[in-house]
Amino acid sequence: MSDQITPPAIAATATAAADEPEEELTTKSLGLFFWICVGWITLVIVMALIADLLPLPDPNIGNFNGSQNAGPGWGHLLGTDDLYRDIFSRLIFGARVSLVVGFGGTGLGLILGGIPAMVSAYRRGRVDTLLNTTSYVVLAFPAIVAVIAIVTFWGHALWKITLVIGIAGAPLIFRVIRASTLSYATRDFVLAAKALGASDRRILAREILPNIMPTVVSFGLIAVATIIVLEGSLSFLGLSVSPPTPSWGNMLNEGSSLLTGAKGQTNPWLVIFPASAMFLLLFSLNVVADKLRSHFDVTEIKL
Amino acid sequence: MGRYIAKRVVLLIIIIFFVSVASFFLVHLLPGNPVDTILGPNATPANTLIVNHELGLDKPLWEQYFIWISHVFQGNLGQSYTTHQTTSNIIGQSFPIDVELIIGSQLLAFAVAFPMAMSASRRPNGLFDQVANSTTFGMLALPPFVIAPVLVLLFAVHWHVFPGPASYVPLTQNLWTNLHAILLPSIVLAMGSIVVYFRLLRNDLIATLQEDFITMARSKGLTDRRIMWRHALRPSSVSLLASAGVTIGSLIAGTFVVELLLQMPGLGYQLIFSVNQDDYTVVQGITLVVAVAIVLINFLFDFLFTVVDPRIARE
Amino acid sequence: MTPLLEVDDLHVSFATPRGAVRAVQGVSLSLEQGTTLGIVGESGSGKTVLSRAIMGLLPRHSATQTGSVRYQGNEILNAPNDELRQLWGTHIAMVFQDPMTSLNPVLRIGRQITETLRIHLDLTKSEAKETALSLLMQVGIPSPVERFNAYPGQLSGGMRQRVMIAIALACAPNLLMADEPTTGLDVTVQAQILDLLSTLQHERQMAMILVTHDLGVVATRADEIIVMYAGNVVERAPTNVLFTQMSMPYTEALLGSMPRISYPSHTRLLSIDGRPPDLLSPPAGCPFAPRCPYAQGKCHREKPTLVEGAVPGHSYACWFPLPIREKAATS
Ligand SMILES: Nc1ncnc2c1ncn2[C@@H]1O[C@H](COP(=O)(O)OP(=O)(O)OP(=O)(O)O)[C@@H](O)[C@H]1O
Ligand code: SF4
Ligand SMILES: [Mg+2]
Repeated sequence: MSDQITPPAIAATATAAADEPEEELTTKSLGLFFWICVGWITLVIVMALIADLLPLPDPNIGNFNGSQNAGPGWGHLLGTDDLYRDIFSRLIFGARVSLVVGFGGTGLGLILGGIPAMVSAYRRGRVDTLLNTTSYVVLAFPAIVAVIAIVTFWGHALWKITLVIGIAGAPLIFRVIRASTLSYATRDFVLAAKALGASDRRILAREILPNIMPTVVSFGLIAVATIIVLEGSLSFLGLSVSPPTPSWGNMLNEGSSLLTGAKGQTNPWLVIFPASAMFLLLFSLNVVADKLRSHFDVTEIKL
Repeated sequence: MGRYIAKRVVLLIIIIFFVSVASFFLVHLLPGNPVDTILGPNATPANTLIVNHELGLDKPLWEQYFIWISHVFQGNLGQSYTTHQTTSNIIGQSFPIDVELIIGSQLLAFAVAFPMAMSASRRPNGLFDQVANSTTFGMLALPPFVIAPVLVLLFAVHWHVFPGPASYVPLTQNLWTNLHAILLPSIVLAMGSIVVYFRLLRNDLIATLQEDFITMARSKGLTDRRIMWRHALRPSSVSLLASAGVTIGSLIAGTFVVELLLQMPGLGYQLIFSVNQDDYTVVQGITLVVAVAIVLINFLFDFLFTVVDPRIARE
Repeated sequence: MTPLLEVDDLHVSFATPRGAVRAVQGVSLSLEQGTTLGIVGESGSGKTVLSRAIMGLLPRHSATQTGSVRYQGNEILNAPNDELRQLWGTHIAMVFQDPMTSLNPVLRIGRQITETLRIHLDLTKSEAKETALSLLMQVGIPSPVERFNAYPGQLSGGMRQRVMIAIALACAPNLLMADEPTTGLDVTVQAQILDLLSTLQHERQMAMILVTHDLGVVATRADEIIVMYAGNVVERAPTNVLFTQMSMPYTEALLGSMPRISYPSHTRLLSIDGRPPDLLSPPAGCPFAPRCPYAQGKCHREKPTLVEGAVPGHSYACWFPLPIREKAATS
């Protein structure tokens, strides 16, 4: 028994989880489906960015010698709407508006709502009371009145709409993320990290954030979709980008009035295409987020 | 408990103060003004001055605010400039519609989202989970204004299962007709909530089911069903409850799309209508009532999650 | 007579994105009614996986298990959950490694104890409560009536561990699996809990598998000891034999860290440099070779199998066991 005795203090801190080998991102481990989804997201973004360079018919002016409410076909890839405009072209140009409000508004909401929520739930006390009260004030105010008032007074440039929507959405995000953080803030691993002297910022980023990430991603994607639709309604009411500028939201709105033949004509494609574009985008984003998370997730390895 | 309630009441008063100030001043930012609406073609400069004075709109804004808020404290929310109905009356007629729509849609949403999330979380990324996930994204991409007309066309016009638009009657008048008319819009509204509840609950259940105490519960020989309901559901429902609070809150006066499509004059419908009419008193009155309702609902759900998860209550 | 529990050549591997993790690689053991088996090994050696595999608690979709586990002569490995549920709680019960995370944080502890009593033993509410209170008393919880309504978060680690033991013992199982039952507790409490377990075991004629990373814990409490390294059994012997005839260098190293009962679990053995091999691609030779001070060429090439030692019941997996080395040193 001549083995050297290591002092307990050192031995005790050398736990199994201390040095997990780093994993690398490889094509193989993430799977083909992941990369298809990444491809789709990239395609949508790139097309929206370079829309002007693409050989597309004008999205805003229809060809009145062409066909009205045509289905998908060779002349017009995805058909035309009731004003003879090319749906494919409108879809791509519309992505610009929709992606900017959708992601801009959500991003802003996450910054204004999500980060304070984590701090609030983690710190509790005065900070929490203050932020909590603020969130209630913004939440309690009927957003639609605020949007109408602010937009009519201030104008409806895209960035202003995005800003207003982001602010109005922040308290919703705040309340959900705060609740989610609360349920982790008193867990033993957080207390342990605190006892080891980790800084608050580090605990929030390394211990709490990974756990609330699924909630953040889910709620974020729901926010993106809701905002894209909302923008459409606003634009329909003359409170966002003005027609004929396309957005997925206002295409859905226009399409919805052509769904049931109430206007004397029907064209389901006008709903089907923007809805599918949105569906595929959300779906892909979800797959990508999910795969990335489980790839880097250490908690799934535990028993 | 007493202290908790006292604290909440103080909080409510602070919040209401800010909301009332904000709503008051924001309403005055709206384009147009009530005098033009009232006078219509009779709007001569002299008439305008007179009506302005009658309505007290020539006083400084802060004075108008205090007059209004002191009336509110006496239980007087004022009356409409255009229809001369009292604001309380308008709210009394339209609020029940919101309440019914909210209760109907939320019951449906919970009834669908709970079992869906429980089944999906049993096998994350299994077949059911993937189908459920895709379905909810589909629901997100098809907003109420798309779903509602289609459902109306199918169920009301073609199959006559549900009554068409404008068939709402108050609960007290005819229970059956009332419930029948509420069902279709409730279904439409439920879809949005299902997506939120399903996704949040599913995520949290998946996380909870990996916890040691679930393996422990299995080792005690409990059935999967019991483990799900007794052991996994409660610790997984905190974000769900918070989101229910904000979702229900946003439905108060927030269902106007469906109300417009189905011609049901709920709070949201009235609000938009009054905004268009520059009916300041009605807008302010509704805003105030809605704010109180939203805050109370969220208080309730915030309280619920401390009951459901005692870890949070320990401050 | 068939033993209470028999495990034959049990293999467990987990499917992970990086490949199969071979956590248990061919473990065999058997256990008679009323006796105690100690399983010892450093963190990551597969003790928890082994005990959960025996009980059938591993997630089916990610864990592949082969071999055989027989309880009272019946095969239970990969048995359907419904079948296993008949055993869980009433025949085999488990005390989990981490008392902080193994109790449901949102349920009062009273409920967590009475739950099994009411379901498995069909007790009425008041009978169950009475039984639960006497269990809490037996495991040494002061003022059980008040604790009955407490949430786990309101109890200290030691008390939670006692509650877990009370839950495990509630339905009087034949076999108790105690997975490092003294994790994270201070030294005096550790000893108390271990003594409590031994006392209860003798009272109830229960068989026990006592899992630990500390040879000292099982030295006085187990009838037989199994030493695990990287998913393999590397030495196995009745307790007194093990301490006199120790043959495997890894066991020896474990003994070197013996006095430190106060280590938390998941402790990596620091008295030997290096760390256990990657279970994704285990080395071809002896798994301990990279860290073994006596390793020779053969150790890196060929994996030693368990061989019988001189004393019956003793076996070890090593090309150059201690007696041989000693002989080599003296000659
Ligand atoms: N669900 C899982 N998926 C993948 N690998 C796993 C899983 N569970 C355990 N393992 C791996 O199996 C090996 C053995 O783990 P186990 O928990 O049995 O060790 P242990 O001996 O109980 O250690 P400790 O003293 O830390 O409790 C480890 O390398 C671990 O990473
Ligand atoms: S086989 Fe060789 S490497 Fe393995 S323990 Fe024995 S001496 Fe050490
Ligand atoms: Mg273990």
